[in-house]
Amino acid sequence: MAEIIRGNTGDWEMVIGLEVHAQAITESKLFSGAATTFGAAPNTQVSLVDAAMPGMLPVLNMKSVEQAVRTGLGLNSKINLYSVFERKNYFYPDLPQGYQISQYLHPIVGEGEIEIDLPNGEVKKIGITRLHLEQDAGKSIHDQHPTKSYVDLNRSGNTLMEIVSEPDLRDGIEVGAYLTKLRMILRYLGTCDGNMDEGSMRADVNISVRKVGDSKLGTRCEIKNVNSIKAAQAAIDYESRRQIEILEDGGSIDQETRLWDPAHNVTRSMRSKEDAHDYRYFPDPDLLPLVLEQGYVDDIKKTLPELPDEKKHRFMQNYGLGAYDASVLISSRSRADYFETVANDRDAKLAANWVINELLGILNKDGKTIEESPISSENLGKLVGLIEDNTISGRIAKDVFAEMYASGKDPEVIVEEQGLKQVTDTGAIEALVDKVIAENPDKVEQYKSGKDKLFGFFVGQVMKESQGKANPQMVNELLKNKLS
Amino acid sequence: MSVMDQKTVRKVARLAQIEVQDSEIEAVGKKLEGILGFVEQLSEVNTDNVEPLASVNEIPLVLREDAVTDGGIADKVLKNAPESQEGFFVVSKIVE
Repeated sequence: MAEIIRGNTGDWEMVIGLEVHAQAITESKLFSGAATTFGAAPNTQVSLVDAAMPGMLPVLNMKSVEQAVRTGLGLNSKINLYSVFERKNYFYPDLPQGYQISQYLHPIVGEGEIEIDLPNGEVKKIGITRLHLEQDAGKSIHDQHPTKSYVDLNRSGNTLMEIVSEPDLRDGIEVGAYLTKLRMILRYLGTCDGNMDEGSMRADVNISVRKVGDSKLGTRCEIKNVNSIKAAQAAIDYESRRQIEILEDGGSIDQETRLWDPAHNVTRSMRSKEDAHDYRYFPDPDLLPLVLEQGYVDDIKKTLPELPDEKKHRFMQNYGLGAYDASVLISSRSRADYFETVANDRDAKLAANWVINELLGILNKDGKTIEESPISSENLGKLVGLIEDNTISGRIAKDVFAEMYASGKDPEVIVEEQGLKQVTDTGAIEALVDKVIAENPDKVEQYKSGKDKLFGFFVGQVMKESQGKANPQMVNELLKNKLS
Repeated sequence: MSVMDQKTVRKVARLAQIEVQDSEIEAVGKKLEGILGFVEQLSEVNTDNVEPLASVNEIPLVLREDAVTDGGIADKVLKNAPESQEGFFVVSKIVE
């Protein structure tokens, strides 16, 4: 259930749509041959096209087009075979052309939808309005000088895919789930690295509020500078309450662009001129319309990987995993691949337990990703195999796991070297059981007179005698026989 | 009332980032009206059911391979900048 805000005059709900700017993974820029690497020295990745020198002409990067189509297919969206680049006019020092080349009336990707997974297990469909290609702007630094700004055009002209959602989101949790799923899809597709702290994925949040039950949309505000999922949720919490307070006091919302200020946890109005949104779009005369063949789109479609939702459903069906475990395992492709190697021809639920509870647990604690795991997926698979065929007990397996994590060694080698094989020889276990019974006549007496809880004590003693290597089930059975 | 009243002329000038003195507004407005009137002649042509013309050349859009072939010319890029420092363009403060 979406969040409802109780006001003084009634219950309110939020209506939220997102514009996500995802930088497409390409070697060179959308319209020039300058590089796109993050963090280069200022203005070293700028061509005369990016600097908007007179007479320079844009030439479209075919990789940018491919990435946009690929992303559109991954978002289950319609690919438009005919799209048009237009000029969006505005003046700002980080955009030397005086206009951004973007797409407006004819975007390359049209309507689609994705599924988001909410923490309560609910699945919700969120509509995608469009995806269009556009140039990124440069970067300005304002804190170096009291009266000057510093401009670096390295980012100027990078390929952005602007992904616009329908206003289908209702609270911060849904926004978080949407951004998480979108980033997962982009990473699976290999079209954007989804790195929000390096700015390669950025979100603008459009939000309005209305009384629960109203079908009419309220006036919305656009919040910029939202650079993490957490920031998006915090900005939504603040902005929804700000709007409700104004409306309940009898005021009205101004449609405006606001800036999220993470230092003070507030949104602030950007002192924008009345005609800030007068972009005067028109088709860029330097670029012809982009016309694609259906065959080209079909060929890209053939190269799509299995996407997160398909993978999740397959894991649930083929491996018998629950929705939660499956969603943890598919959150990245490498994690899913790791699990599948571990589970290969083995007990999949046991494999999922070891990957999620043991491995991810300790990796998380050490701040490592699964790619950095000291234990290879083959070796963890072997460990699961050793448990499954009763070579070692689950208890011993934890020790072997710790050793594997420390040394990266093969579990079969560890078990062999340290003599950890489970004892399943009835005679050997029986001897231990007899020994424990003989050493504790008083406890045996108490047990026989009805103190059932002591059974655990005997099991523990036998396991201790065997240094954890006795098969616990056999210990149980033998003890039951001997003590009855 | 003319299309190009003073308010509209000021707005167009502001959008185009062109400084127009108060004394020039009327004259500029007249010139703009002349241009609009000239272009307006085009509306005499019936364009129902005619697709917009993207180009007079009936050629497809040319695309390029994704390869780094440019950049590394910060000195050239900054050459005409009125002010620069440590590789950055330096402009009047633009933060809001």
